Amino acid sequence: MTSKIYQKNATIIDNFRINGGYYKLILATPEIADRIIPGQFVHIRINDKTDPLLRRPFSVHRVIKNKGKFNKGQIEILYGIVGRGTEILSKVSPKKKLDILGPLGNGFKIGSEYSTHILIAGGMGVAPLMFLAERLSKAKAKNPKQKIVVLIGAQTKRKIFCEKEFKKLGCDIRISTDDGSNGFKGRVTSQLTQILPLFKNQASMIYACGPEAMHRALALIARQNNIRAQISLETYMACGFGVCMGCTTNTSGGYKLVCKDGPVFDANDIVWPQN
Amino acid sequence: MNTAISLGTLRLKNPVLVASGTFGYAEEFKNLIKVERLGALVTKTITLCPRQGNLPPRIAETPSGMLNSIGLENKGLDNFIKEKLPHLKKLDTPIVVSIAGESLNEYAELAKKLSLKGISALELNLSCPNIKAAKIKNQRGTLISQDASATYKVIKAVRRSTKKTIIAKLTPNVGDISLIARAAEDAGADSISLVNTFLAMSIDIKSKKPKLANITGGLSGPAIKPIALRMVWEVARAVKIPVVGCGGIMTASDAIEFIIAGARAVQIGTANFVNPKAATDIILGIKDYMRINKITNINKLIGSLKV
Ligand SMILES: Cc1cc2nc3c(=O)[nH]c(=O)nc-3n(C[C@H](O)[C@H](O)[C@H](O)COP(=O)(O)OP(=O)(O)OC[C@H]3O[C@@H](n4cnc5c(N)ncnc54)[C@H](O)[C@@H]3O)c2cc1C
Ligand SMILES: Cc1cc2nc3c(=O)[nH]c(=O)nc-3n(C[C@H](O)[C@H](O)[C@H](O)COP(=O)(O)O)c2cc1C
Repeated sequence: MTSKIYQKNATIIDNFRINGGYYKLILATPEIADRIIPGQFVHIRINDKTDPLLRRPFSVHRVIKNKGKFNKGQIEILYGIVGRGTEILSKVSPKKKLDILGPLGNGFKIGSEYSTHILIAGGMGVAPLMFLAERLSKAKAKNPKQKIVVLIGAQTKRKIFCEKEFKKLGCDIRISTDDGSNGFKGRVTSQLTQILPLFKNQASMIYACGPEAMHRALALIARQNNIRAQISLETYMACGFGVCMGCTTNTSGGYKLVCKDGPVFDANDIVWPQN
Repeated sequence: MNTAISLGTLRLKNPVLVASGTFGYAEEFKNLIKVERLGALVTKTITLCPRQGNLPPRIAETPSGMLNSIGLENKGLDNFIKEKLPHLKKLDTPIVVSIAGESLNEYAELAKKLSLKGISALELNLSCPNIKAAKIKNQRGTLISQDASATYKVIKAVRRSTKKTIIAKLTPNVGDISLIARAAEDAGADSISLVNTFLAMSIDIKSKKPKLANITGGLSGPAIKPIALRMVWEVARAVKIPVVGCGGIMTASDAIEFIIAGARAVQIGTANFVNPKAATDIILGIKDYMRINKITNINKLIGSLKV
């Protein structure tokens, strides 16, 4: 049942700052690049010291597939600095190697029976959805009736990414910012409520990644509108492959591991903690 | 070069085991490392009945360490025998099953029901700091291996119910570890393993909340190594039965320190999360050390501390 996990010393092709204080990390790792699907993640050892001790999980933003002998498969990670681990990662220079584990977890299930795919990204959550949009647009090439709608929400204009890239893939894109500096002023979930009537009579599937508050609001909207929603959760993790039992989340079917049973879950199954 | 050692009647091809709760039931590791290279593997602790475990968050990173309060989540004895054991038996490495009971009778029952072919030894988890195991003493909050007489009684009861090699795993959260170790030896344990995790905590100063839902948890990893080493050294001097050292071992040189201090074998825990190849790398590293230092038999290294 458990599929193959690779532990590889991946060469850093590039690691650079983009706008909004975010970074892109590109790693040469053909085995993982060939197998990983949208929503799955890799677990990266930031350095070979004992502090910080644990690996850090990152979903894959894009895959550059194996093309012959000299063009090795690569993965691209989009990340933000939130603490010491990501700070250290941002300073690792190209040509160095990073010890990575992957592909890990269960990714998004692409519902080819759905005619409308609604992708919802909150902040950094855009990271795995770009990869998903690429796969969805491939499916759309075969079945042009399919629609891909992407909602991106962030605090402010500077923190909106990938708008052009999503457009290039033929996605219908909607922006929202908390401060109104770009697109709809307000939460991405408010914009979703506003546009949902447009898709009322179509079979739709929601795919989302963002902060917990967004997932909670979204789960409610999905339930009220009777739409299926898949969400990608984030928790602290130790091992990342299902042995330490540390990254538990509560679901209607009992405790599940975010690393192994997730990180993508059906929004309806999550039992949110009280606070 | 001879790296074989024995614990009770159990013979191991090398002295490196993987610690309970850090290797699952080997399924996930099977496609990452050659499991058959391990001296032995210790399963996640199993209990008689299924346990849901503690509320999340269950882990937090600390300087060179981590806290956990998993709460012995496991699917229980029957599920283990039906679902996990058949595939564990197929591995070409000795299987040590870790057990924990909520009462003396539960320990005895677990030991009896696990006296099965394909299981090489039982490790008694007498030290999990996260469950209230004190029914035996009717004292809330005490752990069995914080009390010499409770330790003695549990091991004695297990000794009566099985012929398997018994490894008693002790908590380090005590004043005098030698006292507990001697009680375990007197009760008939074949070996003692230590340490389990140190009771500890961590606070998020923004929210003023503890980082673990359980408030406290067990500290493991490199941060505990010097304390674990000291305790292993103390116990190795206090008892005649073999000692299995554990606590913060990340590299072969860490493992060799424990062996020099008197450990006949070592267990690798948290390191498995950081580097799934840690245990197999450590085996190679110990062999390199022996080669370089012209040690032909690992038994010559055990307890070779010069003082
Ligand atoms: C499956 C998965 C996929 C992920 N994909 C990405 C990605 O594509 N891009 C990206 O930038 N990040 C991603 N993350 C989050 C990333 O792992 C964390 O930002 C990183 O581990 C933080 O490490 P640090 O040492 O910098 O911060 P720490 O010092 O560990 O933490 C700093 C602060 O960040 C918050 N934090 C840290 N880790 C998490 C977490 N796992 N969940 C929630 N809050 C956290 C905490 O509130 C803490 O106060 C993902 C996480 C998971 C579980
Ligand atoms: C996540 C986690 C789960 C653990 N679960 C168990 C367990 O079920 N039974 C047990 O006896 N010890 C358990 N331990 C303790 C380890 O086996 C080991 O004794 C301890 O972590 C110290 O070694 P280390 O520093 O090498 O990890 C657990 C440790 C961790 C980190």
